[in-house]
Amino acid sequence: MSIQLEIVSPEKVVVSQKVDMAVLPGLEGDIAAMEGHVPMILLLRGGVIHLYEGDKITDSFFVESGFAEMQETKCTVLAKEVKKLDELSEETASKRLADLEESYKVASKGNDAERQRELIDEMQNARVMLELATSVKK
Amino acid sequence: MASLKELRARINSVKSTKKITSAMKMVAAAKMNRAERRSREAKPFATTMQRILVNLKESLGDRPGLPKLLAGTGKQDIHLIIPMSSDRGLAGGFNGNINRATRGIVEKLLKEGKNVKICPIGFKSYVYFRGEYPNLVVGPEGGDHRLGNVTFDTADQIASYIEKLLQDEQCDVCTVVYNQFKNVMLQVPTELPLIPLNIAATEKHEETLDEKLAVHTEQLQAEYLFEPEPEEVLHRLLPQNLRVQLFSAMLETNAGEQGARMTAMDSATRNAGKAIDKLSLHYNRTRQANITNELTEVISGANAA
Repeated sequence: MSIQLEIVSPEKVVVSQKVDMAVLPGLEGDIAAMEGHVPMILLLRGGVIHLYEGDKITDSFFVESGFAEMQETKCTVLAKEVKKLDELSEETASKRLADLEESYKVASKGNDAERQRELIDEMQNARVMLELATSVKK
Repeated sequence: MASLKELRARINSVKSTKKITSAMKMVAAAKMNRAERRSREAKPFATTMQRILVNLKESLGDRPGLPKLLAGTGKQDIHLIIPMSSDRGLAGGFNGNINRATRGIVEKLLKEGKNVKICPIGFKSYVYFRGEYPNLVVGPEGGDHRLGNVTFDTADQIASYIEKLLQDEQCDVCTVVYNQFKNVMLQVPTELPLIPLNIAATEKHEETLDEKLAVHTEQLQAEYLFEPEPEEVLHRLLPQNLRVQLFSAMLETNAGEQGARMTAMDSATRNAGKAIDKLSLHYNRTRQANITNELTEVISGANAA
């Protein structure tokens, strides 16, 4: 009982291996990809993908602005950014969050609702990133 | 007849040219391997994206109100042409081909009375079009029209610019002209329509790039669930697709540039070798003739005495 999981960033294929289960951070809640899942296309929020071997998490990746395609024996994740958890840097994350908050302040003065929503999404991603980076350190 | 000294100087100069061209060939070969690998590694992302978009389009059908990025503005008046070349020359006909192909397209559109904008990527085509059509060249603010090291950020910058033009109704149709990387020897100037997104056309385009798609089309039959709604997914996917298409064209341009340079430098090295052979033959003959001459003089002098 395993599926072929592939995590692909625009630069290269990051992961390509068999796993028993992968938990994906769906936009509307986490979803586990297992063998025999109904074919599905899923948007992802910024979050962590956990790779399972039996009951154990074997590996975890942070993904951002991604989506996934599930098939019965295969799951492909495309994401703009894919990072191993220990590659996350607290410094970059907090700087990014600060930058985003700054641009949000500017944007909230205008009427561009679309842009504001985008920024809120990105800020959310950056916060998750920061949180993860800090927790890994400990 | 050139003197021996002149000939020697010329042989030496060709020799040093040969050294340079053969070094450039080696460098290009090494860079090409890397560039080609990058291009190949980026391919799965583009193909999967393509597959998902085809799926989405099927499930959405031809309903009105599709996003501009997919369906265009419905008009055909303002064309944005994006020629992609390398930043540096000495790559045979690589950049010339792109510039000529793009020029042909631009002339045709202008003749039809369309409004044309050119946003070159790659310094060589930027310089060319700045000279040919100074009024038509546009580009993102702060952009330098360079291909550089081909980062996703560059693709992102260009894509945001295209989106902005589209939003402001400053552009109806967008096409990329780039060198498709067939192999080291062969790069084919290709038109890649970005807006409106012609999935059938891009699909064919992908097929020539990647035969794997044949396998993928079989899997297309599956009915997909979407979460969230297909419209929402489409809304998120299209901007990404634009970036990925640009990025993969840029990667291919990069690989192609190195390939073209390698081929060009290889033949330059070979020509230099031939030139050296010819000059050396000439040099030796002249030297021999001089010796014979001197001998004749000495002997006739001795006879006279």
